[in-house]
Formats: sequence, structure tokens, C-alpha cells
Amino acid sequence: MILLQLFWEFLKIGLFSVGGGMATLPFLYDLSDSTGWFTYAQLADMLAVSESTPGPVGINMATYVGYTVGGFGGAVLATLGTIIPGTVIVLIIASMLDKFRGNKYVDAAFYGLRPASTGLIAAAGVSVVGIALLNTGLYAVTGKLTDLISIKAVALAAVLWVLTNVVKPTKKLHPVVFIAASAVVGIVFSFAGA
Amino acid sequence: MKEYLKILWAFMKVGALTFGGGYAMLPILQKDIVERYGWASEEEIMDYYAMAQCLPGIIMINTSVFIGRKHKGTPGGIAAGAASALPSLVIITIIAMCLNAFADYPVVKNAFAGIRVCVVVLIVNAVVKLWKSAIVDWLSLVFIFAPVCALSLFTKISPVILVVAAAVLGVVFSQIKWHRAKKEGGK
Repeated sequence: MILLQLFWEFLKIGLFSVGGGMATLPFLYDLSDSTGWFTYAQLADMLAVSESTPGPVGINMATYVGYTVGGFGGAVLATLGTIIPGTVIVLIIASMLDKFRGNKYVDAAFYGLRPASTGLIAAAGVSVVGIALLNTGLYAVTGKLTDLISIKAVALAAVLWVLTNVVKPTKKLHPVVFIAASAVVGIVFSFAGA
Repeated sequence: MKEYLKILWAFMKVGALTFGGGYAMLPILQKDIVERYGWASEEEIMDYYAMAQCLPGIIMINTSVFIGRKHKGTPGGIAAGAASALPSLVIITIIAMCLNAFADYPVVKNAFAGIRVCVVVLIVNAVVKLWKSAIVDWLSLVFIFAPVCALSLFTKISPVILVVAAAVLGVVFSQIKWHRAKKEGGK
């Protein structure tokens, strides 16, 4: 039963996410809210693994979430669910290709879809900020604002931003490099306090 | 039959060798699909890629389906799409099996606490990149991006509804713009 629901949820994700792997992220947050199958923190970890392994991020995420929820069968169903809507639509579109391209109503819909997709991903980013950079648990106990923000994490984020946006030789490096480096920093400075 | 096996093999390679999807798949497509097999031209691949970005679903899978269909019709398209997803399925399942077993070790916990910080930066970078092509005028910023972002953050409204509403708004705004352009053109 849970497998059927999983398949259905990922069919919806495959149908409504436009703009690549990151675009599936807001739907996965929504799925976490509505089902409780996994937490936001788990999602952030899955995203990191998905970015560091071969294959499209969206498929990697679907497989990972599917496996976490329903084992191997879940992984297969979630992946199928994600690719079936796009595949069907491409097969239909390809058969009427010339009519579709440059159609002003299609362009008009995308004029609205693209900023919406960007907005959804930005909101997902804000949710990860809460998990990655803030100590909401500690703050709830002490009530001190200095305890709310994790200085170590903010410092790492600042360094990573500069390395991925400003410093020329590191800008073009693959995300896997930064993810691996962050893992090492996390272990060395015991980011989880564990 | 042999042609289908070739499709399966070619697109499994695409899936296994592309990190992060998107642009990263283009060099592999150019090398294998255009030069080696000659299933599609360079221009066709760029067109397919552009359209795949605008369609629902995963860009790389959609692009693969376009190419597979061009070469061997609908079955070719399905074979290409499935083959490019297969490596992910295998690799991620193995990783998930291992990681879920070790998730409670302090080393794993600390590593992922560090990695999450990196994820924030990666998402910010993705938003900035999308921003340039998505937010083309103040209408799209004020009436689509901002409300969608806020509603997604502060309410439980499903992203499905937000996406559909945004597509409708896009058509409405464009209609108004066409109308205005026509009026001014008529003067």
C-alpha cells in the first residue's frame, strides 16, 4: 500500500516539476510534510549524495527517497514514477514538434512557470538554512541569540560561497569536491557536536 | 534488436558518466550520439535539450527519450529514457543501503552536518543561476516569484497548485502584454 502511494506521489513529482533535478526538491519537502516518511535533514543529506554521484540529480533523489521509504521496490517505483510523465509527454510532443515550438501560449505559460520554479527552490533553500546553519534546539533551551546561529557553519558557508562564486580556479570545480571537503571539515570540527 | 541493445548501452553510459545532469551530459551526447552512432545531429541535440528543459520531468531523461525516439520510434524513446535512469538506480541503491546502516555513527553525523552547509550554498548557487533566465521583468518577480516563495515557506499549499497557478498567471500576463503592444502598434 505504501509502495502504491509512493509511486503515485512520484508520478505527481515527475509531472509537475519543471526545470531539472533541483526542481523536484520543493515537492520532496512537501512530501516530507504530508507523509512524515523522512525528515528535512535526511533530504539535505540525500541531496548531497545525489549531487556527488553520477546520474541526474532528480533521479538520484527519487531512487534515494524511494529506497529509504520502501526498500528496493520503493527505489524502482519512485524512479519509474519520476520518469514516466516526462517520457510520455516527450513522445507526444516529438510527434507534433513543429506545432509546439514557438507557440505563443506555450511560451506564455513558461513565462509564469520559470519564476515559480525558482521561487519554490529558493523556499527549499531557506528550509535547509534552518537545519544547516541554526541551532534551534540549543536556542530553545538557552534563549540566547548567539546560541541560535552556528558560527562554525556560517563561516564554512561563507568560505564555500566565495570558492564557488568568486575564486576563479575553484569556481568551475565539480560540486562533489566541495561536498567532500565539507564532510572533512564537519568531522574535524565536529559540526554535529557528536 | 541489435539497434535497441545499442540504444540501451549508449544511454546507460550517458547516465553513468554524467555528474549532476544538465549541461554535463552534452559533451557525452556529442561524442557518442553525434560522432560515433550518428543518430542525431548536433543541432537536433541542442533543440531536444532546449525543449527537454521546458517540459515536466528530468531534463536528461527527456533529452534521451527525444533522441531514442528519433532513431527507433516510440520503443527507442522508452529504451533510451529507461537506460539513462538505470545507473542511478543501481548506484544510489547501493549507497543508500550502506549509509542507512551507518547513519548513527558520530563520524557520519559530523560529516553530514558539514555537508548540509555545503548543500545550502549549492542551492543558493542554483537559484542565482535560474534567476537570470526566470526573472525577466518586475511582473515575474513581484507577482510570481515572491508570492510562490512566500506561500511555499509559510503555508502548506502544495507546490502542484502553485505551479499550475503560475502557468495560468503567465498566460494572463502575456495576454495583457500582447494586448498593450497591439494597441500601441495601432496608434
